[in-house]
Amino acid sequence: MSGLSWTGRIGLGLVLFWLSVAAVGPMLAPHSVGDFVDMEVFDTISARFPLGSDYLGRDMLSRLLFGARYTVFLGLGAAVLACLMGTALALVSVLRGGWVDEVLARGMDTLTSIPSKVLALVLVAAFDSTLGLLLVICALTYAPGNYRIARALAMNLMQLDFVTAARVRGEGAVYIALREVLPNMVGPLLADLGLRCVFVVLLLSGLSFLGLGVQPPYADLGSLVRENISGLTDGAPAILAPALAIASLTVGANLLIDAIRTGGPR
Amino acid sequence: MIGLLARRIGSSLLTLVLVSMVIFAAASLLPGDAAQEALGQSATPAQVTALRHEMGLDAPAPVRYARWLAAMLRGDPGQSSVANMPVRDIIAQRLPNSLMLAGMTAVVAVPLALVLGIVAAIHEGTAIDRALNIATISMVAMPEFLVATLGVLVFSVDLMWLPAIALVSDASGPWETLRSCLLPVMCLTVVVVAQMARMTRAAIADQLGRPYVEMARLKGMGLRRIVLVHVMPNAIGPVVNAAALSLSYLMGGAIVVETIFSFPGLASLMVNAVTSRDMPLLQACAMIFCAAYLLLILIADIAAMLADPRLRAQ
Repeated sequence: MSGLSWTGRIGLGLVLFWLSVAAVGPMLAPHSVGDFVDMEVFDTISARFPLGSDYLGRDMLSRLLFGARYTVFLGLGAAVLACLMGTALALVSVLRGGWVDEVLARGMDTLTSIPSKVLALVLVAAFDSTLGLLLVICALTYAPGNYRIARALAMNLMQLDFVTAARVRGEGAVYIALREVLPNMVGPLLADLGLRCVFVVLLLSGLSFLGLGVQPPYADLGSLVRENISGLTDGAPAILAPALAIASLTVGANLLIDAIRTGGPR
Repeated sequence: MIGLLARRIGSSLLTLVLVSMVIFAAASLLPGDAAQEALGQSATPAQVTALRHEMGLDAPAPVRYARWLAAMLRGDPGQSSVANMPVRDIIAQRLPNSLMLAGMTAVVAVPLALVLGIVAAIHEGTAIDRALNIATISMVAMPEFLVATLGVLVFSVDLMWLPAIALVSDASGPWETLRSCLLPVMCLTVVVVAQMARMTRAAIADQLGRPYVEMARLKGMGLRRIVLVHVMPNAIGPVVNAAALSLSYLMGGAIVVETIFSFPGLASLMVNAVTSRDMPLLQACAMIFCAAYLLLILIADIAAMLADPRLRAQ
């Protein structure tokens, strides 16, 4: 904590802020998500509506407090799932070696050569965009990138003496993977998890912005930008607030990760 | 050298074939098919089966895949199931626009990223480097619609300098086209420049720490000459790679920007294809984006090989 640069601290503050908003936000909301409380639409900032009102005259602050939950938790969930899949496959790949490694590496290479947005769009078209499927789609989109990093890390570790010692001791592959190799990859993998989280949040809000992500009646921050896009010409806070919210979350997370990477042990 | 090149190109082609399998497989997961679509809700199962047979949809998946791939190679990705037009014609209208947007952005973004990267690398560790680091790290994580909406607010709503909608058609003259493309180009530049600048900085800073640079400095050579004549040729591989990665983003990644500005490009076409579940169109767009990506990476690799004799000798 004390080793963090000031940008890292800002990042940490922003990330903690959004995590707590996602956790308790709906409890703090002054109005219910769906209530039409303002006679004006695209109202400006006022004491009653701190972030103005949206295209139907709903309180924007309450919409935001509810929406942040989907963005943050779907982002985290999909990133964790992507890293679990990527790392598990990487461990299988490295421990098995031979044709298993070859097939997995080639397959993952194939998936990484489909641009992430294109892959996500194809998957959305093929499946659907319910909340659960969106989580899986985002995870599938970013698992190959994690696989690549985890495989490189594990490959290096496998060359080290303590792994050879474990092999000679006669330990099984699962033991070596989970007790010898994995604990030594945790640091870089957590940094990768953070980055993937940023990617997923950006992808997800992008999809929602296009109307292909989170579907009504649910609304994440990207959906909030989309539904209020007609307020753009008025410069309504209803469109800027959710867009700025996403940016503060992703930029904050990125600053934090960068500070940890450069400030930590080299 | 020739053998290495051939192997590299072969590997790209193999990846492209594998990608086509993924895209074809994903598309066949969709419930219902073109026959069902064409006949509508009221068709009897017998009619659907008959049409399916006629369209060759009842063949096993590998056969359908082979037919689809062969048609794609002939440059005929089939009939759009929604627009009732050959996919080729739809894409032919949009592709030039996308290439134009990507080209204009590349002309602005690549030199800008190079300059930013070199400036940051030369001033490594100073306030300038740190400021550029924070700026690029923030830009990488910025959602495109924020950049685009801010651009519209400032330049179209407040200053009223530029149109908020990019109307590009045959009727508009070159000046009109350029003006309406300015905002999209600006947004895309903001999106791609940061990553490219960061990778350029890393590549140049890595070279600047080498003994040969110290030698040149001790000889009394100016910094400009060191960077441009000595360092750049050595950093060309990673730099071209950075540029290729960022430029590949301009094709498939321009989705949000194209949508906001109603720019008639290939990426927004793909979004429409997803919304209307127009599979032949979607597959064709996805294949074009993947092929563009693979081609750019291939060019970057070949450029790196040409620039670095060690890579050729492997």
